[in-house]
Amino acid sequence: MNRSKWRSVAGELRSSAFGIAGIIILVLFTIAAALAFLSPHDPNALNALERLKPPNADHWFGTDDYGRDYFTRALYGGRVSLTVGFASMILATGIGVIVGVVSGYFGGWIDNLLMRLVEVIMSIPSFLILLLLSVFLKPSVGNIIIIISLLMWMNIARIVRAETMSLKEREYVLYARASGQGAFGIIRRHILANLMPVVIVGATNNIASAIMMESSLSFLGFGVQAPNATWGSMLNNAQGLIAQAPYLAVFPGLFILLTVLSFNVLGDILRVGFEPKLVRR
Amino acid sequence: MTERLLEMEDLRVSFYSRDGENQAVRGVSLHVDAGETVGIVGESGSGKSVTAKAALGLIGPPGKVIGGDIRYRGESLLGWSDGRWRKLRGNRIAMVFQDPMTALNPVKKIGAQMTEVIRRHRGLGKAEARREAADKLREVGISEPERRLDQYPHEFSGGMRQRVMIAMALSCEPELLLADEPTTALDVTIQAQILDLLKDIKARSNMGIVLITHDLGVVAQVCTRVVVMYGGMVMEEGAVEDIFYRAGHPYTQGLLKSVPKRGGGLRERLVPIEGTPPDLLDPPPGCPFIERCPHAFGKCVERPPLFELGDGHRALCWLHDAEHSAAKVPGAAAGGTDAETVGERGASDE
Amino acid sequence: MRQLLIRRLLQTVPLLLFVSIVCFAMIKLAPGDPVLSFVTPNMHPEDIERIRHNLGLDKPAYVQYFLWIKEAVTGNLGYSLVNHQPVMDQILDRLPATAGLMGSAIGLAVLLAIPLGLTAGAYRGRWIDKLVNLVAYVGISVPLFWLAILMVYFFSIHLHWLPSMGMRTIGVNSAFDVLKHGIMPCVVLAFSFLAVYVRYIRSSTIGQLREDYVQIQYAYGSTKRIVLFRHVMKHVLLPIITLLGMSMGELVAGAIVTETVFSWPGIGSLGMTAVRGMDYPVIMGITLFSSVLLILGNLAADLLYGIADPRIKSKR
Repeated sequence: MNRSKWRSVAGELRSSAFGIAGIIILVLFTIAAALAFLSPHDPNALNALERLKPPNADHWFGTDDYGRDYFTRALYGGRVSLTVGFASMILATGIGVIVGVVSGYFGGWIDNLLMRLVEVIMSIPSFLILLLLSVFLKPSVGNIIIIISLLMWMNIARIVRAETMSLKEREYVLYARASGQGAFGIIRRHILANLMPVVIVGATNNIASAIMMESSLSFLGFGVQAPNATWGSMLNNAQGLIAQAPYLAVFPGLFILLTVLSFNVLGDILRVGFEPKLVRR
Repeated sequence: MTERLLEMEDLRVSFYSRDGENQAVRGVSLHVDAGETVGIVGESGSGKSVTAKAALGLIGPPGKVIGGDIRYRGESLLGWSDGRWRKLRGNRIAMVFQDPMTALNPVKKIGAQMTEVIRRHRGLGKAEARREAADKLREVGISEPERRLDQYPHEFSGGMRQRVMIAMALSCEPELLLADEPTTALDVTIQAQILDLLKDIKARSNMGIVLITHDLGVVAQVCTRVVVMYGGMVMEEGAVEDIFYRAGHPYTQGLLKSVPKRGGGLRERLVPIEGTPPDLLDPPPGCPFIERCPHAFGKCVERPPLFELGDGHRALCWLHDAEHSAAKVPGAAAGGTDAETVGERGASDE
Repeated sequence: MRQLLIRRLLQTVPLLLFVSIVCFAMIKLAPGDPVLSFVTPNMHPEDIERIRHNLGLDKPAYVQYFLWIKEAVTGNLGYSLVNHQPVMDQILDRLPATAGLMGSAIGLAVLLAIPLGLTAGAYRGRWIDKLVNLVAYVGISVPLFWLAILMVYFFSIHLHWLPSMGMRTIGVNSAFDVLKHGIMPCVVLAFSFLAVYVRYIRSSTIGQLREDYVQIQYAYGSTKRIVLFRHVMKHVLLPIITLLGMSMGELVAGAIVTETVFSWPGIGSLGMTAVRGMDYPVIMGITLFSSVLLILGNLAADLLYGIADPRIKSKR
C-alpha cells in the first residue's frame, strides 16, 4: 500500500479531535490492561470486611459484593475484552480475506458455493448462533474468540470479494495473467497489497463488534466464567446491585463504550483517509 | 430604446477551500437586453457558469460574491434577502442546465416537478398548473403531454429531458433565460433540435437569452452578441460578426482556429491553443492569457483595460493600446490571417 | 418487476432449505441425549428404547430431517424438553410481546432518524450536525444492556417514574400499564437502530444535496426546506426499506438482550430460558422461526423497494 494513503489518513486523524482522543484512550487502556498485575490487589481475592465500598483512595472504583477491588477487576476485564477483540478480528479477517479472494478471483462454482454459504450464515440471526455455540462449547477465552470469529468473517469476505473482482480487471493484473503468471503469484503480488485499505477499515470495525459481542455474551452469563472478570460479567453482577451500589454499573459500561467508540471512530477516519474522494465534495 | 434586463459590473466571485482562494470570476462586466441572445463562450474553468449562477444569487458557501454589482432592470440584486431572490428565480429569470440526465429528480413525476414551480410562482391551483405544464410541454415539441406528465424522468430520452427542462424554464414566462451548456451532453442530431427550439423560442418572444457554451458553432447559429471569457475575465465582446470576422483578441483568434469552419474542407488546418488555462488560486496579475499568447509582450504583465474597437466591440488586450500600435488597428482584417502580422509587429515593437 | 419477484422467490427457497438443514444439524450435533429428559430413574432400558422409537430418534439422520421438516412446515416445531409444551404454541404465545416491542422500537427509531438525519446532513458541520453525529456515534457504540441498567437506575430506582421489569403490574390489566412497562425496553432497543439510521440518512442527504437536481431546485426558487422534505426525503427513505430488512438480525440480538434485562415476556427471553435449560427443541424452533422471518423480511424489503422506486418498477 502506498505511502500517500497513509499520509492522507494521518491528515484526517490530525484534523479530528475525536480520532486523537480515540487513539489516546485505546493506548491508555491497552497499557493499563497489560500492566494490570502491578495493582496491589488480587482481582479475585474475596474480602468480607470490604464489601460494597464506594470509590475511595484505596479502592479507586470501590469494591463489589465479595469485597473484590473493582478497579483491578476492570483492568483484568479489559484484558479479556481487548484480547478477544484483537484475536477475533485477526482470525475473522484471515478467514474473510481467504474466502473473499478465492471467491472473487476464481469466480464460477466456487464463488457461487462460498457466497451461498455466506448468505445462509447471514440469514440466521448471528446472536442466536453465538448463544447456541457458547452453550455447546466450554466458554473459555479461546472458544469465545473462535465462535465470534466464525460469525464475523462474512462481512469482510463480501467486501474483499467485490474488491478482488474489480482489481482482477485492472491492466496490471490482466498483463500479469497474459504473461503467464500463476494465480497464486498474482494474488500475492498484485491483489493482496491493494486489498489493504478495505481490509484495514473492515478489521477496525470488526474489533468494535467483537468487543460488543463478547460483552453481551458475558453479560448474559455465557462468556468467560466466574470468578474471572470481564466488563460484561461485571455489569451482569452490577445489575442486581444497582439499588445499593450504582457506582458498580458505571465503570465497566463506560469502558466498553469508550473502547468500542474509539474503534468505530478510527474505522471511519481510516475509511475517509483511504478514500478521500468518496467522502469529500 | 432597448430594455436592459441584466447588468453586471466588475463582478468578482471567489471560492474558498483548504488550498486558498480560487478567484473564479475576476471583474466581469456584461449586460443582456430584452430580445437579444448573448453567448458567453469560454473553456471550462473560465468562469462562465459561475457568472450565470451569480445572476441568480446561487453562489453559496464555499463561494462568495466579493465585489462588483449585479443589477436587474436597474435595481441592484446584491444584498437582497433570500425571499426576494426566490421570487426572481424560475419566475423572472429561469435557468436551463447542462446535463438533463441529472437535472430532474429521478423519483418524482415530471408533472409534479413542473407544477411545483408553476404553483409556487404563479399561485395557480393544481388542475390549472397541470394544464399549464401540459401546454408548455406541447410548446417545446413533446407529444401527448398529458400522458407524459405522469411519467418519471427515466422514461424520457436525453433530448426529451432537455425539452422538459426548457418547458420548466418557460413555465413562468421569464423575461430572461439562462442556458448553461444546454446541448453539451446531447448527441449531435439532438443538439441541432434543441438549438432549433431555442431559436424558435427567441423568435416568438421578447425574452433575453444567455447561452453559455464552449462551442463557437452553437454561438454562430443562435446568438446576436458574444462575450468571450477566459481565466475569470471577459476577453472580448461584440456582435457575432465582430467576433467571427474581426476578432480582436489573440485568445478569440485561437479559439476560432481551433474549431472547424463550415465549408473549410479537408485542407483546413485546425490549430489547438497550446498550454493550459491559468491557475485561479494564484492568477497572473496581468492578462490571464499571457502564457499561451503568441503575441505576448512586456506590457501584458499589467492588467489591460477593455479597448473599444468599434460599436459595442471591445477587447481586453494591450495590442490595441494606442501607444503600442502606432500604425494601424489590428483585428480589422479577417481574424485568422491577421494574427501573424499582429504578432510580428508585437515582436518588433519590443 | 415480475422477473425480479420470481428471481427473488427462487433465491429464497434454497436459502430456507439450507437454513433448516443447519438448524437440524445443530440439534443433532448438540451434546447430550434428548431422550434422557424423558427418563426417570426407575425406567427400564426397553422403556427408554420405546421412547426413542416413539420420538423417531432411532432412524437415520436424513429420515429424521425429513420427518422434522415435514412437521415444521405444518407448524409443528416439536415439544419442549422442559415443560413438554409444543414449541410453536410457546413462540406464538410470546409473539405479541416481541412484535410489539420490535415494532414500536423500529417505528420510534425511523420516526426520529428521518428529521435528525436530514437536518444533520443539511447543516453539515454546524453545531446541530456535530451534536447529532456525536449522539449517533455513542448510539452505535453503547452496550444496550448498560444503557438499560442506567435507565432502570434513573427512572425506576431514583425517580420512581417507570417500572423496572415485566410487561404488566400483577392484578392490573390496562393498556396504559403495558405502555408504562414498555417505554424503557422500547427506547433502549430503538436507540442503537436510531443511531444506525441517522448516520445513514445523514450521509445520503449529504450525497443527494450535491446532486444536480437539487441545485436546480434552488434555481427555481425552492427553499431549503422544500428541497429537503419534498425532494431529498424520498431518495433517502427508499434505501431505508432495505436497511430495515438488513437490520432484522441485529434486531433479534437486541431483542434478546433487552428482553432479558427488562424481563420482557417475549421470544427473546423465552430463548434465553431455553438456552440456560439446554432446551434444544425450543432453541431450534426459535432459531428457525427467526431465520425464516429474517429471510422473508429481506425478501419483503426488496420487493417493497422495487414497488416504491419508479426506476426499478419499470424494468419489469
